[in-house]
Amino acid sequence: MRYLVCIKQTPDTAELPKISPEEAESGKLSVNLVVNPWDEHAIEGGLQLMENYGGTTGAVTVGDDGAVDALRSALAMGCKDATLVKHTDEIDAWGVAELLAAAVKHDGDVDVVLTGQMTVDGNSGTVPVALGRKLGWPVLTGVAKIVDLTEDSITVERVVGQTRLTVRTSTPVVLSVIKEIGEPRYPTFINIRKAARVKVPVLTAEDLGVEPPAPVVHVSNYRKPPARDAKVTLFEGTPKEAAAALIDALLEEKVL
Amino acid sequence: MKFLVYIETDMGDVVASSWEALGAALSLSDDVEAIVIGDKISVVVEEAVERGAKKVYVVEDETRALFDLERSLADVQNALEMSGADAFLASHTSNGRDLAAALGVSSGAGVIADALELTLEDGALKGVRGVYSGNILVDVTVDGSPQIATLRPRAFAPAEKASEASADVVLMDPADVDSPYEVLEIQRAEKGEISLTEASIIVSGGRGVSKDPELGFDLIRELAGVLGAAVGASRAAVDAGFISYDHQVGQTGKVVRPDLYIACGISGAVQHLAGMGSSKIIVAINKDPEAPIFSVANYGIVGDLFDVVPAMTEAAREKLGK
Ligand SMILES: Cc1cc2nc3c(=O)[nH]c(=O)nc-3n(C[C@H](O)[C@H](O)[C@H](O)COP(=O)(O)OP(=O)(O)OC[C@H]3O[C@@H](n4cnc5c(N)ncnc54)[C@H](O)[C@@H]3O)c2cc1C
Repeated sequence: MRYLVCIKQTPDTAELPKISPEEAESGKLSVNLVVNPWDEHAIEGGLQLMENYGGTTGAVTVGDDGAVDALRSALAMGCKDATLVKHTDEIDAWGVAELLAAAVKHDGDVDVVLTGQMTVDGNSGTVPVALGRKLGWPVLTGVAKIVDLTEDSITVERVVGQTRLTVRTSTPVVLSVIKEIGEPRYPTFINIRKAARVKVPVLTAEDLGVEPPAPVVHVSNYRKPPARDAKVTLFEGTPKEAAAALIDALLEEKVL
Repeated sequence: MKFLVYIETDMGDVVASSWEALGAALSLSDDVEAIVIGDKISVVVEEAVERGAKKVYVVEDETRALFDLERSLADVQNALEMSGADAFLASHTSNGRDLAAALGVSSGAGVIADALELTLEDGALKGVRGVYSGNILVDVTVDGSPQIATLRPRAFAPAEKASEASADVVLMDPADVDSPYEVLEIQRAEKGEISLTEASIIVSGGRGVSKDPELGFDLIRELAGVLGAAVGASRAAVDAGFISYDHQVGQTGKVVRPDLYIACGISGAVQHLAGMGSSKIIVAINKDPEAPIFSVANYGIVGDLFDVVPAMTEAAREKLGK
């Protein structure tokens, strides 16, 4: 079996508030970049598949040269190989999906593609479905657990709203996972050393024989959201007095 | 501009945030149609009419009881062809997001995903959305036809019911497509459990319950019960096993937008704020007056949640007459 995890390099979540509109617009961020946290769960899911059902798990990302660091993190966690699809021209979610689909096909006989549920920078969560459509494969989003994998089918538990569904579909398949798939494992010392030495292959759109579609989503007017009008009113006294005053204030605000 | 609005159903029940998508469309145009896909959905269809859709396309079939991406996409494409709508709106639920993405990518049209605001400018949709987990806002326009947007739940006012409404109801044949998905088992939330993303009030607990997590969350649930609130949690509380992941609010949990968010024993890390920072009123109960949550809170009590939360429950019971 072959599993391929699609990851993205995104800002360290602790530093997201520091990003300025200018940086966001130019894409040249001064903050620390890491593996998108949802994708760390996807890597974990991919590694579990390898352990439970045999085969190999690779990682792939679309980005510029710096994104190799994210791939090295995936290798350090235990992925067997990694590929950078180098692309620096402006593309949108459909463009990313096009490149990832081409990378999946280029990889050969992939059985399961895993992605995180969304990224902490783009936030749309639309790439997994787009990737599935580009490949012509089924897509299961919100995957919390892989129940079974056979030569030609997969059974998973999905969380959709407040409902949990056990669903079976054919492979090859695209999965987008949530945190319940498993806590990302820590890289081992040996894997970190190995990952540092790996020469990560770099492919371009041309190598993959595709031309990503021109963006159909146009983004402008980057700005900070209005600051919260945050002057806290504290209620004092005994818990009983403070609680009563608080409930009164909330009634006054008409939120109860 | 002519709109087609997706009214999501689940085993015959409407997904309530769909009415917000209908409301958004009606606030921008008089020419608004809806599509309802599901099984045993006559009540929902009626409600779509009452809430102002001019025409309602209906696909009612056993195979539609649960959302199925392949079938819903084909049904929506059929309805779009009949309607000739210029724009397609859905609520940004898991299913709404997936449907919009599938529709967009198959027609080469862009999606304004998870919009917080929506306007019409020069005959085209313009959305406002958050990127970098809400730390930056942007304007978004899209190319392609139809123009597609998904709307953040609770960011738009639902379409109101009118008594004298009438509309054409168009019964459509379910699209003849095979689905690759086979649902083997369905586990539903317990009756009465309120969805975090739809809740107008949320009471959340964090690591601050540590000294007696079971009692802590019992106290939080009791307050939530009196207020008609959903129960949320920080990641620390989830990771410690105090409560299940479906309650997690934040960066790697749910993004919520209630009128009132009560954070009990939660410090207010940026990853937690990423999930609840746009709540209308934030209340913090924390024993540390320096906790960062107080810098985003409107109201607060510095104290031990094991004392304060039950006192709030009692006060709320008294004042709300429950
Ligand atoms: C990639 C990534 C993703 C993350 N995603 C999320 C996410 O989705 N959601 C999330 O919440 N976090 C997330 N986090 C974690 C986040 O950084 C914090 O660690 C977490 O929010 C802390 O939870 P807490 O506030 O409950 O715990 P703490 O930070 O430990 O705070 C506990 C608070 O309780 C108070 N307290 C203690 N005892 C009492 C008492 N008896 N009465 C009243 N107050 C008391 C303390 O003063 C303190 O302020 C993420 C982190 C990373 C790196």
